[in-house]
Amino acid sequence: MSTTDHSRPGSAGGADEPGQLHGGPDDDYGPEQLAAMDRTELDRLGARYDGVEVLHVEPVAPPGSPLDKRNTRQVTLWFALAALFAVAFVVVYAGSGWFLPSWAWSTGSSTWSALYTPLLGALFGLSMISIGIGLVLYVKKLLPHETAVQDKHDGSHFDRVTTGATLMGGLDSSGLPRRKLLAGTLGLLGLAFGAMLLSLLGGFIKNPNKGNPLGTTPWADGLRLLRDDGTPVRPGDQVAGSLATVFPAVPGGNKAYDGAVMLIRLRPEQLSELRIPAGREDFGYGDYVAYSKVCTHAGCPVSLYEQETSRILCPCHQSQFDVTDGAKPVFGPATRPLPQLPITVDDEGYFVARGDFPEPVGPSFWNMGRLG
Amino acid sequence: MATNTVPGPRVGQPTSLAGKAAFEVDDRLIVAGPLRRTLNKVFPDHWSFLLGEIALYSFIVLLLSGTWLTFFYDASMKEVIYDGTYAPLRGIEMSAAYESTLNISFDVRGGLLIRQMHHWAALLFVASIVVHLLRIFFTGAFRRPRETNWFIGVTLLVLAMLEGFAGYTLPDDLLSGGGLRIFSAVFLSIPVIGTWVYFTVFGGDFPGEVIIGRLYILHVLIIPAILLGLIALHLLILVKQKHTQFPGAGRTEHNVVGNRLFPTFAAKATGLLFIVVGLCAALGGLVQINPIWLLGPYNPAQVTAGSQPDWYIGFVDGGARIFPPWEIVLWGYHIPPVFWGALGLPGLMFGALALYPVLERVLTKDTASHHLLQRPRDVPVRTSLGAMAVTAYVVLWISGGNDLIADKFDLSLNAMIWFGRIGFLVLPPIAYWATYRICIGLERHDREVLEHGIETGVIRRLPSGEFIEVHQPLGPVDAHGHGQLAYGGASVPKKMNQVGGARRAIRGFFKPIEEPAEVQRQAEIEARGLESEQASRELSSSGRPSEGGRPSEGGRPQDPRD
Ligand code: HEM
Ligand code: FES
Repeated sequence: MSTTDHSRPGSAGGADEPGQLHGGPDDDYGPEQLAAMDRTELDRLGARYDGVEVLHVEPVAPPGSPLDKRNTRQVTLWFALAALFAVAFVVVYAGSGWFLPSWAWSTGSSTWSALYTPLLGALFGLSMISIGIGLVLYVKKLLPHETAVQDKHDGSHFDRVTTGATLMGGLDSSGLPRRKLLAGTLGLLGLAFGAMLLSLLGGFIKNPNKGNPLGTTPWADGLRLLRDDGTPVRPGDQVAGSLATVFPAVPGGNKAYDGAVMLIRLRPEQLSELRIPAGREDFGYGDYVAYSKVCTHAGCPVSLYEQETSRILCPCHQSQFDVTDGAKPVFGPATRPLPQLPITVDDEGYFVARGDFPEPVGPSFWNMGRLG
Repeated sequence: MATNTVPGPRVGQPTSLAGKAAFEVDDRLIVAGPLRRTLNKVFPDHWSFLLGEIALYSFIVLLLSGTWLTFFYDASMKEVIYDGTYAPLRGIEMSAAYESTLNISFDVRGGLLIRQMHHWAALLFVASIVVHLLRIFFTGAFRRPRETNWFIGVTLLVLAMLEGFAGYTLPDDLLSGGGLRIFSAVFLSIPVIGTWVYFTVFGGDFPGEVIIGRLYILHVLIIPAILLGLIALHLLILVKQKHTQFPGAGRTEHNVVGNRLFPTFAAKATGLLFIVVGLCAALGGLVQINPIWLLGPYNPAQVTAGSQPDWYIGFVDGGARIFPPWEIVLWGYHIPPVFWGALGLPGLMFGALALYPVLERVLTKDTASHHLLQRPRDVPVRTSLGAMAVTAYVVLWISGGNDLIADKFDLSLNAMIWFGRIGFLVLPPIAYWATYRICIGLERHDREVLEHGIETGVIRRLPSGEFIEVHQPLGPVDAHGHGQLAYGGASVPKKMNQVGGARRAIRGFFKPIEEPAEVQRQAEIEARGLESEQASRELSSSGRPSEGGRPSEGGRPQDPRD
């Protein structure tokens, strides 16, 4: 039974008539007419329908001519090279550790493991680049150079007016402009719906003011100053003029970003020019002072200590702090001195803190002056 | 239908297998029309139009290599003790993220290649977007109707930088952790809501335990999806609006002259795709980048000196470095300088960049649609503004590496900072002035050549004893020997060989095979017998093909769907 039997249920019903509204090129060019045209003519005809005119075709070397042969050879050569490089890549990639030496990076690293990645990259890259060059040469030497021009259309007034009419017609039949209460409710619904979605972002929000995390650090009264390896420090462990990084003696203290402290033993010359800010007379211990290691600019660990100038340099944006002058910033973008940790020595003779820093460590923030 | 009843093959029905298959497909999908329109689309033929494509292709490299990496990377901040192949780090505590990056570099076959390829492609991606943007800017391609694409482009650039930063942070090494720390301070510096933003982003105080996982999902899903969507939109709009083109013979505001997509442009573009992929692969294999095993795992108490972020972040760093230590403190509320240097400055720059088309439209009152590009010299104010912006950017960028420069050239760091501070204010206006002068000079020279002709280098002695240089007029001349060609915005030939008066001298690899002057002289001898080659041009000056009218006057209503 033929599928065009329109009496069967599920078929379109009625006669199979093409629609009347959309004509198109099929009306102008029947199959016979098209069959009578050659391929170039058809190509140009289609192009015309797309607003494209081929202006000029510069032919390539005639087939079989010496130039054509040379060009073909050249292009073929690049593709052959590409294939060769690809095969070489597979051989190196898969063969390593099989019939080639292992690529694995061992302690006594072999030449081969050092060569492995560069070799892979070079082979992969050369293969791809050869394909690229082959294609570009193909266009340049084997394809006729065609110059075409295509029309650019401005928007159509007809389209604008008719589309506008359809849109406005739809709005009109919805009656929304008339049914004020319904429209208003829809507007409110939109807002409520948006609020509902937005409120889900609440899951991300963390309160920065609960327990004053930004104003405090793990440091507390009596906590020992430990080196990174966990050993305590006593006066005399360090030579004058040196700096040691120490952490609070709490679990994970050496991983807390705000706990790192520089314990500095001043040289006698530095001691003589030491200016101690008011209220901090007892913060140091003997010739030792301790400052937060967290830069007050953007929080990098300040770490370059230049003894001769008594300056601590932050490598991130080159803020410089003067250790003999309360670690005040003397150059660069930092604005606040490094906070000082009050220290003393416990019964066993090890350095301990006498409390937390008197002010927040690290970069400035909005309400830092108003923390409880 | 009547033809259905005629036995035997119908006229025009395909006989070949491929033809039959194609008809079968089109019976179902009706794609022949749109496909033909696509194949026939004309693309202008100028190298500067390839810059956007390079961005597109490096994005493809990023998608593919990145997907490969996701199978091996572990975005976890869980502490582990390293026990892998790389001996110097064995026994050291590190995050699982850092460990998995080490494993990709040392224990996954070809992993290092793909990792480095991904990184190089990222650098190329951002670089090609920037160069593409500069070409759009300096040629006026952003003017109406292309403001939307300009705006999408600026968004793409910002997203590409953020995407790069997120990716660069994923290994959780010492360098990227330091960068993240600075990033956190930037959040913290925002007035009023800074601490809330900071706690929300990091899920608590820095560094917390979630940030790497969050950056990961941003890096592999959210930002790429937005990038992909925006690139698709960018290209869709481009196809819809068609390309701009430089002015020239036959090119008008209402056409595009060039190659059809198929086969010429498609083959060239595919060639470029392979070259870009190959370049990324070769760089990824041959040039080491971001050797995280040398840096060690992130540790908030340590820092690497003299290390640099990826190039496109450098200017933010430079801004943070040279901004003076001005902290606003009112009633205990602080606005630190980081806010201005690292957020305000880039915000201002990108804001101005995004709004530039609007600004120019308002200031010049030029609201017309433009499809022909401008030569930078012909719009001296815009070109000089661009030069000024580029100069400011370069000063910031150099300042981002000022410690390296100070170290290399044995300068004082403080001097470099002051160079940045003063240079940022002084150099851009100087660049504006210099560029303006150059533009005017070039413009003047163009007009001169059009009026008086090309300098031939031939000196003649007049009967009066005076020496003059013979000029070759470019077109018809009036009674005073002055050219009558008006400037049309296209490049004006300045040398005889550019008008076909002489061919280019063959340049050898090490030394010239032919001396240019000799070629020139020979050509002049030949030229006496040559008729103007202009006459044989196929295009008339109206821009329409000399024979035949508008192609679209083919008679049928045009399908507007193209
Ligand atoms: C992911 C990044 C980008 C990709 C993949 C991309 C891709 C492209 C491509 C392939 C083209 C056509 C070729 C050309 O005209 O150069 C193009 C055109 C364009 N692009 Fe982009 N682009 C990117 C970023 C940008 C940026 C950053 C801007 C500007 C801020 C921009 C603005 C434009 C404009 C206005 C055009 C149309 C200009 C014309 O027809 O000449 N694009 N883009
Ligand atoms: S973080 Fe120390 S100077 Fe910026």
